[in-house]
Formats: sequence, structure tokens, C-alpha cells
Amino acid sequence: MKVLSLIIALVMGALLTVILDDLPAWGDAQSPANAHVSAYYLENAYKQTHVPNVVTAVLADYRGFDTMFETGVVFVAVIGIMAILRREGVPKGAKSRKRPPHQPPDPAITGVATRFIVPFMQIFGLYVIAHGHYSPGGGFQGGVILGASVILMAMTGELKSALNRMSEDWFIIMVGLGFLIFAGVGLACMFYGGNFLDYSALAPLFSGTPQEAAITARYHAMLWVEIGVGFTVMSSMFAIYTYLASDGWMDRGL
Amino acid sequence: MEWLQINYNYLLVIVLLMIGLWAMIGKNNLVKKCIGMCIFQNAIIMFFISMGVKAGSTIPILNYTKIDGVKTYLTEASMYANPLTQILMLTAIVVGVATLGMALTLVQKIYSEYGTCEEDEILEKLN
Repeated sequence: MKVLSLIIALVMGALLTVILDDLPAWGDAQSPANAHVSAYYLENAYKQTHVPNVVTAVLADYRGFDTMFETGVVFVAVIGIMAILRREGVPKGAKSRKRPPHQPPDPAITGVATRFIVPFMQIFGLYVIAHGHYSPGGGFQGGVILGASVILMAMTGELKSALNRMSEDWFIIMVGLGFLIFAGVGLACMFYGGNFLDYSALAPLFSGTPQEAAITARYHAMLWVEIGVGFTVMSSMFAIYTYLASDGWMDRGL
Repeated sequence: MEWLQINYNYLLVIVLLMIGLWAMIGKNNLVKKCIGMCIFQNAIIMFFISMGVKAGSTIPILNYTKIDGVKTYLTEASMYANPLTQILMLTAIVVGVATLGMALTLVQKIYSEYGTCEEDEILEKLN
């Protein structure tokens, strides 16, 4: 089996190497991927949304549907993991494996270091979410940083102490809440007479001429959407860690 | 040698794809299969990101110049890397995390059921 899989992998590598000459050279500005559609976004994204970070503009506005259902994928993954791993009460039956005796972690150094690091991580995570319009960042990146800060607390101290700050009920609610904020912004656009996730329909909420207000509406709606994504990603990261690390018992981590 | 210089990004991707595929097919341990899947995903991500590079360009965040104190953003497409591939891969990374979490969950469930992650041992216990 090992030899067979090695042969398959080598054959695939050889086939891919054969077609290398047909692929565009690295850094070719005229390659098919770079020449056609992307120039439109680079030239018009600022005019239409006033967001200099084109990645954020396309992610949250032009491709809002894609991002919304991507958040939905994360939500569904958390629900699936919960359905598979979560247990309640005491182990039943002989099949549950013996758990080794619990050794509480010694937080002499890591605990103190975590106490210093976590606030800065969370501030930085909020900054990355809020400043995603102007610098590399956005809901996904900031959400991961926020989630990592909670996971760090759970890893260095007891899982219980992290769960006291963010209980199971809360992170499940927050995973759904993020998706709800995203979909809610889309629905709000419909209430104002536009299409789903067409943020320019929110223009009546903002001051200025209709055209300016539409741009401002897109700018602000993107921030709300990013905040929703941040909620979902942050709590889903912690949820995945918690269920995997405690094997569904929710009593102690790694 | 010149061929290597032109194509080294693709060659790196191909090597990673081979490692990932080999790990997914050939390894016996389910966790190692998951790691192989992760390497495979990352190879695809690197492929897409390297497709979006333009020589001499910077990240797709618009630069500005100040003319008489007024910010003017420069929207020349050739100045910036292709944003679309990066956005697509941002999506792929997140979905990759979700699938990896799901896969590891299933592996953990299999482990608590059979006491092992090795494929052949699981098959033995099944028969």
C-alpha cells in the first residue's frame, strides 16, 4: 500500500510537472487570472465603497453571499462537532475508554505570562476586526486572534476557568449570533427595498446626497458584517478546541 | 536552471501536493491522514496566491498620495497584486479549518470507540 501510494503521488507529480510550461510565469501581470476581472475591483472598489482594502471590500460587499454562507459552514461545523462529541453526565457502558487521572496544570510561569498576553491579544483582535477596512485584517483574522486568546487561557489554566468566562451556552449562542448579524444586515437591505446583501439600499440611514449616502452605507454595513463574522469565528474556534480537548466531557482540557 | 527559476513556485506546490496525497493514501494513522489533507489544502492555497502575484506589485490595499492635503487613492491595477485569488483563499482557509475540525472530531470518536487510530487495527476489530 505504501509503495502503491508513493507511485500514485509520483505519477501525479510527474503529470503536473509536464504541464508546467503551459502555466503563466510567476509574477506575470498579463496572465489570464490577473488580466481581466481583478482590475475592475482594484479600479472601482474605492470609488464605490470608500474602502481602500480591496480584499475586505470584495469579501464583505461584492462577494457577500459567499462570505455569509462561509460563516454558515463554520456554524454547521460547530453544530456537527457538538452533535458528535458532546456528552452529558457520567460515562455509560464499558466502551468508554479509561481516562488518565487528572493532573492540574502548574500555572507558575505560563499562568502569569498568559495573564499579561491575553488582554493585548484581545485588544489586537478587536483592532484587526475594526481596522480591516484600512489594513490587512477583517472578521476572520480578528476572530481567530480573539479565539486564540480564549484558547490560550484554557490551555495554560484549567478549562473550567476559561469556560467560566465563556460558557458553553454562550459560545453556541455567539456562533449563531454572528451568522444572524450577517444575515440580519442582508435582511435590513431588503426592508429598505434593495436586494439581499445590497448594502447601498441602506442609504436612507445615512446623511449626504443619495450617492454619497449609498457609499457610506456600504462602508458601514461592511463593518457590521465583519463584526458578525468575528463573533462566529471567535466562538467557533473556542468551541472546536473545547470539544476536541475535553473529548466532549467539558470538564478539563489537554 | 532557468526553468527552475521561472517555475519554482509551481514546483514547490507540486512537491507539497505529492506529500499531501501520499500521506492521505499511504499513511495508516487517521491523524496523519488529516495532516496530509491539511498539507494538500495548503499547497492549493499557495498555488492560488502565487497565481495572483504581479511582478513589482504590492498588497491589494490602495496607496494614497496627498495633493494639497487631500488624500487621493491610486487605483492603478498594475500596482497591486490580484485581490480575487486572495479572497478566494481566505474562504478556503476558513472552510479548511472547519473540515479539519470535523475530521479530527470523527477521528476522536473512532478512537474512543475502538481504542486506536490505526486503520488496519480498526479493520481487524470490525471483522
